[in-house]
Amino acid sequence: MELKTPLYEKHLEYGGKMVPFGGYILPVQYKSSGVIKEHMAVRTAAGMFDVSHMGEILCEGPDALANLNMILTNDFTNMEDEQARYSPMCNEKGGTVDDLIVYKMSDTKYFIVVNAANKDKDFKWMCDHRFGDVKFTDVSSQYAQIAVQGPKAKDIIAKICKEGSIPDKYYYCRFGAEVAGIPCIVSTTGYTGEDGVEIYLPAAKAPEMWDAIYEAGKDDGLIPCGLGARDTLRMEAGMPLYGHEMNDDISPREAGLMFAIKLKKPDFIGKTPMEEAGKPAIVRVGLKITGRGIAREFQDIYVGDEKIGYTTSGTKCPFFDYPIAMARVPREYKEPGTKMEVDVRGRRVEAEVIPLPFYKR
Amino acid sequence: MVINKDALYAKTHEWVTFDGDTALIGISDYAQSELGDLVFVNLPEEGDEVTCGEAFADVESVKAVSDIYSPVSGVVAAINEELLDAPEKINEDAFGAWFIKVSDITEKGELITPDEYEALCEAEE
Repeated sequence: MELKTPLYEKHLEYGGKMVPFGGYILPVQYKSSGVIKEHMAVRTAAGMFDVSHMGEILCEGPDALANLNMILTNDFTNMEDEQARYSPMCNEKGGTVDDLIVYKMSDTKYFIVVNAANKDKDFKWMCDHRFGDVKFTDVSSQYAQIAVQGPKAKDIIAKICKEGSIPDKYYYCRFGAEVAGIPCIVSTTGYTGEDGVEIYLPAAKAPEMWDAIYEAGKDDGLIPCGLGARDTLRMEAGMPLYGHEMNDDISPREAGLMFAIKLKKPDFIGKTPMEEAGKPAIVRVGLKITGRGIAREFQDIYVGDEKIGYTTSGTKCPFFDYPIAMARVPREYKEPGTKMEVDVRGRRVEAEVIPLPFYKR
Repeated sequence: MVINKDALYAKTHEWVTFDGDTALIGISDYAQSELGDLVFVNLPEEGDEVTCGEAFADVESVKAVSDIYSPVSGVVAAINEELLDAPEKINEDAFGAWFIKVSDITEKGELITPDEYEALCEAEE
């Protein structure tokens, strides 16, 4: 049985085509637009997404910082209040439990946003590995989350928010924000490769906020967007998705997330195996499909008769209008221009390594 | 939803029109709208045999791959090559965008009338 987000009725009203995802029932697209239109709206104007399925966990207490630095791979030591930081969370083998975003509320209080499907696993992991004076609380059910993304996103929110509600810089938030008269958290983060914001707000106020954002943006080209466009947008932007580019057995180092792994920290869970492994033998690469076909997730990759790896995500890129994929291959195959073939349901389709991200604004 | 009254339908959402002993096959307007924006079509080759109830083509939307089943058994006499370069034509006009022409028909599957098909789609909504 899938859960409904606080915006379920709104999705029906706006023509959402509902599908189960991550334990929730969410719109994959809207009937009046479709994945390609929604994707392009975000690249050229703005789109709004219901991401209320994401989990929110509070970490508070005098030892909050020490706990985050031990449980997560990134370093949270020199953060300002209202700053956001992305981090993988690793297991003892160096595999990835999840990837998440930490917002600093104060020296003793942090707000953590995790993937929907991993919420319970993550919360248990944090509680099982906590030490000292700290408390983790799952507050997911209190929050709805709406992402507004695209070159016009901030201007649209600026029309209906209290002054000072949108941070100037990327990866910051405002805990005391107010949009459409509703107290909320506005964060300059996203999963589309575009400028924009993500808004966390009390669940009960979500339908009112949804309508207010739509009304403020519809004349600028803003449309509601579903999970389909969210996935194609993040793929084009070369962003990894948990369960695809990484999982419990894949280290974030192999997924190319070294920027969020601080091996100089004295210790963190997963550090030792990651250090011992050294430079990963398997890496994440971007592929352009040059043959006739569309590579999808988890298809085998060959060079000649040798199977060298597999795709982790793939689609036809709506912005460039050609198919792309992300793949795990041995390091010696990572150079752009390297040719390989993807087994697309029994048919070999030619592909070539190209630099990530595919799309950069 | 557009229902072509001149065609017959398979319950798997393909349409078929017969002209003498050949058949033209495509997917219904309801099917294209359920699949969403189509970005790739894989068709058989002329001379291939198709079998009633078995997949003869697949179409891909941005999100997913779907098999297309043949409502008849026979031999592929022609394919609509235009679709290979412009799969969006199926979204634009599902009845104009035929997939294959089949000759030497040896078997027909269970086909329903436009009215019955309309009722089927409404029940699936």
